[in-house]
Amino acid sequence: MAVAFDEMNGPGGDLRPAYRELSRWLKETPPDALEYRRQEAELLFRRIGITFAVYGDAEAQERLIPFDVIPRIMSAKEWATLEKGLKQRVRALNMFLRDIYHGRDILRANIIPDDLIFQNPVFRPEMNGQSVPHDVYVHIAGIDIVRVDADNFIVLEDNARTPSGVSYMLENREIMMRLFPDLFARHRVAPVERYPDELLSALRSVAPLSASAEPTVALMTPGVYNSAYYEHSFLADKLGIELVEGRDLIVKNDEVFMRTTEGLKRVDVIYRRVDDDFLDPLTFRPDSALGVPGLMSAYAAGNITLANAVGTGIADDKAIYSYMPEIVKFYLGEEPILKNVPTWRCREPKDLAYVLDNLSELVVKEVHGSGGYGMLIGPAATKATIEAFRDKLKREPEGFIAQPTLALSTCPTCTASGLAPRHVDLRPFVLTGSQHVTIVPGGLTRVALKEGSLVVNSSQGGGTKDTWILDE
Amino acid sequence: MLSRTAENLYWLARYVERAEYIARTIDATLRVTALPAAYIGKTNEWESALLTAGVSASFYETYQEATEQNVVEYLAFSPSNPSSIKNCIEAARLNSRSVRTALTSEMWDTINSAWIELGELWGKGTSSREELARFLRFVQETSLRFDGSAYRTMLRNDAYWFSRLGLHLERADNTARILDVKYHVLLPEEEHVGGPLDYYQWTSILRSVSALTAYHWVYRETLKPWLIADLLILNDTLPRSLASCYSNLVRNLDQIGVAYGRQGASQRHARGVRNRLEHSHMDDIFQHGVHEFIQEFISDNARLGEIITKQYLI
Repeated sequence: MAVAFDEMNGPGGDLRPAYRELSRWLKETPPDALEYRRQEAELLFRRIGITFAVYGDAEAQERLIPFDVIPRIMSAKEWATLEKGLKQRVRALNMFLRDIYHGRDILRANIIPDDLIFQNPVFRPEMNGQSVPHDVYVHIAGIDIVRVDADNFIVLEDNARTPSGVSYMLENREIMMRLFPDLFARHRVAPVERYPDELLSALRSVAPLSASAEPTVALMTPGVYNSAYYEHSFLADKLGIELVEGRDLIVKNDEVFMRTTEGLKRVDVIYRRVDDDFLDPLTFRPDSALGVPGLMSAYAAGNITLANAVGTGIADDKAIYSYMPEIVKFYLGEEPILKNVPTWRCREPKDLAYVLDNLSELVVKEVHGSGGYGMLIGPAATKATIEAFRDKLKREPEGFIAQPTLALSTCPTCTASGLAPRHVDLRPFVLTGSQHVTIVPGGLTRVALKEGSLVVNSSQGGGTKDTWILDE
Repeated sequence: MLSRTAENLYWLARYVERAEYIARTIDATLRVTALPAAYIGKTNEWESALLTAGVSASFYETYQEATEQNVVEYLAFSPSNPSSIKNCIEAARLNSRSVRTALTSEMWDTINSAWIELGELWGKGTSSREELARFLRFVQETSLRFDGSAYRTMLRNDAYWFSRLGLHLERADNTARILDVKYHVLLPEEEHVGGPLDYYQWTSILRSVSALTAYHWVYRETLKPWLIADLLILNDTLPRSLASCYSNLVRNLDQIGVAYGRQGASQRHARGVRNRLEHSHMDDIFQHGVHEFIQEFISDNARLGEIITKQYLI
C-alpha cells in the first residue's frame, strides 16, 4: 500500500498552506491544554445528549462518538472542485432514478445490465411510472469522499436513502466555536449554520400541488431507539417542524394527517428517516409497527412528498456504484469530476478470478451492506478470515464487489501519545430542491482513531472532526 | 401540537413529581421509625409507606416482609416496581428524549444530568442511611430544578399547560393517597384523644407533603388532626393541597380551552371537582367520613386523567 497523503504536512513533509495558521497555533498551545479541551468537549456532548446507539451492544446503548478537537482544513479552491463534482454527481443520481422508474433509456442503451436493476431487492416496482414533484428523488444525499493525494478526491459511496451525520457537522462546529474562539479568529472559516434553513426550503419547494401555499413539513423518525434518534430530534428542532412517528400519522382519503391536540392536521412533505421497508405495512413489510398504513397510496395519489423518495436505494447500491462514471456521462454528457474507486464486480467471472487471486490486497464489500459491517480489509485480515471470505465469495459472487485498498489521506489527530496522523474521510451533504442543488461548505469528517486503521465508521471506533473550508 | 408530544410532556411531569413524592415518603418514614417504639406504637410504618406509594400488592410478590431494607430497595431502586424512583427517572428521561424539541435546554439538562447521576452514583443503590439521605436529597433537588426550569424557561403555551396538568394531577393523587392511608389518625375535634403516638403520625404526614412549617404559619396552633385534614384537603394556599391542585388544573385546562377556542369534558369535570372542594367544610367531610370522601376524590382524579387523555392525548 502506498504511503498515505497527509493533509497537513503534504508529501515531502512541507506544511500545506491551509494548515499554516493551525500549525503555528499548535506550536503555541501546550499539549495538556488540548487534552483539557478534549475533555470539556466530551462533557458538552454528553450533557447535550448527542449520542448514538450501537445495535447489539446492550452495555452501551447510548454512546458518544469520540470527537477530535483538531480541525480538518481545506482551501476554498479544493472545495470549489469538490462542490462542482458533488453537484454533478447528485444531478446524475436524480436523473438516473427518474429514468429507472420511467423510460429506462439507460437499460436500452445497454449501459447497465437489466438484472442488476430488476433482481435487486432495493428496486421498488411500486415506483414504476410514479411521478414525484420536480423529478427530485434524492433531496438529501450524503456522498462519502476520500482523498488520496493533493489533487484527487474519490467517491467511496453514495448515500441516497437516509444519510445521517449532519447533526455532527453542525454540533461539532458549535462546540469548536465555544472551545477555540481564538483559533476561529485567526482563520476565515466558511459557516455551516445555514444548513437547516436550506434543508427546510428545499423540502418546502417540493411540496405536492395539492398542498396549501404554506406547506406543512414533518420529520418522521422510527423513534427513540433508533441509532440516529438524536439527529432526528435535533433537526426537527432546528427546522422548527414536528418530529413524528408512524403512530402520529393517519391516512384518510389518500391524504396524510398528524394527530394533534387540536385534531387532525394535514402534512404535505415528510422528511422521513425511516427505511422504505418500514414505511407502510400495507405495501412493504406487514410487520412494521413504525410505518403508516396507507402512506403509499397517499403517495401514489400525489398528496404527500416523501424525502427522499421511495426506491432511491437502487442508485446507491454498491453494484450500481461501479457504473457511476457511465451514468454521469450518459445523462449529462460530461466527464465525471469526481472519480470512482476502481471496482471489480465479482458477478463477472473475469473480475472474480482476479479478486480471488488478490484477496490479501483488496477490500471486499457486500453489495447490500452498510456501516462497515461484513467487509474484508485484505491487508489487515488474518489468513483464516481471508479463507472464510474466499468461501463466501465463491458461494455468492454476485453479493460482493472488491476494490483496491486505498491509502486514505491522514490528518493530525489527538492520540494518547500526542498528535499523530490518522486516516479520514468526508461526508458532505448535498441538498436538491425544485430549483437548485446546494451544499453547505464542509461536511462530516470521520476519522479512524486506531493507528493504521482505515475504518472510520462510528459503529466501529471511528470519531469525528470539525471540517473547515477556508474562505479566500 | 402533536398529541404524542403533549402526552409525553404530561407523563414527564408526572414521573418527576412521583419520584419526589416517593422520596418524601421514604424520608418521612425514616424519621418516624427512628423514634423509640413508645412514640409510634406497633404499626409498621414501612408497610404504610408501601400503601401510600400504592405498591403494596406488587411488593409482596417479591418480598416476604416489609422491613426498612426491603421497602427502601423496592421504592427507590427496584427495576420491577414501575413507580420506583429509579424507574420514574428513567421513564422521565425516555419521555424527555421523545419530546426534546418541546423541552427547553434547561429542562433537558436537568433530566439528563439526573439520569447520568443515577447511573453513575446510584446504580448499586445505597449502603448506609447517610447515603440514602443524600440520594433522597438528590431526587428532591432534581424535581425542584425541573419544576423551576419549566416555570422559568418554558413558553406559556400548550406545551407548558400540558406539563402542568401532569404535575397537578399527580400531586393531587399523591396527597390523596397519604390521606387515604392515614385517615384513621385524622379525627374530628370532638373525638380527639391526643397521645404522643398520633402526634408523630401527624408530623410524618405533614413532612411527606412538605407542609410542616406551612401548618404553623397557617394555623399558628399546635398540631390538631382536623386542621391537618383541612390544610391538606381544603386550603387553597398550600401547593400540595387537593384544593390548590384543582385550582391549578382548572386554570391550565381553561388556558388550553381558550387557546384552542373550545372547551370539553375535561374542563367540565375539573370544574366540578374544584367546586365540590370549594364548597366543602371539614365538619361535613368528617360527618360523611373522611375515608369515603378521599376514595371518591381519588377516583374522580383518575377519571380526569382518563378524560384528558381521551380529549387531547390520543
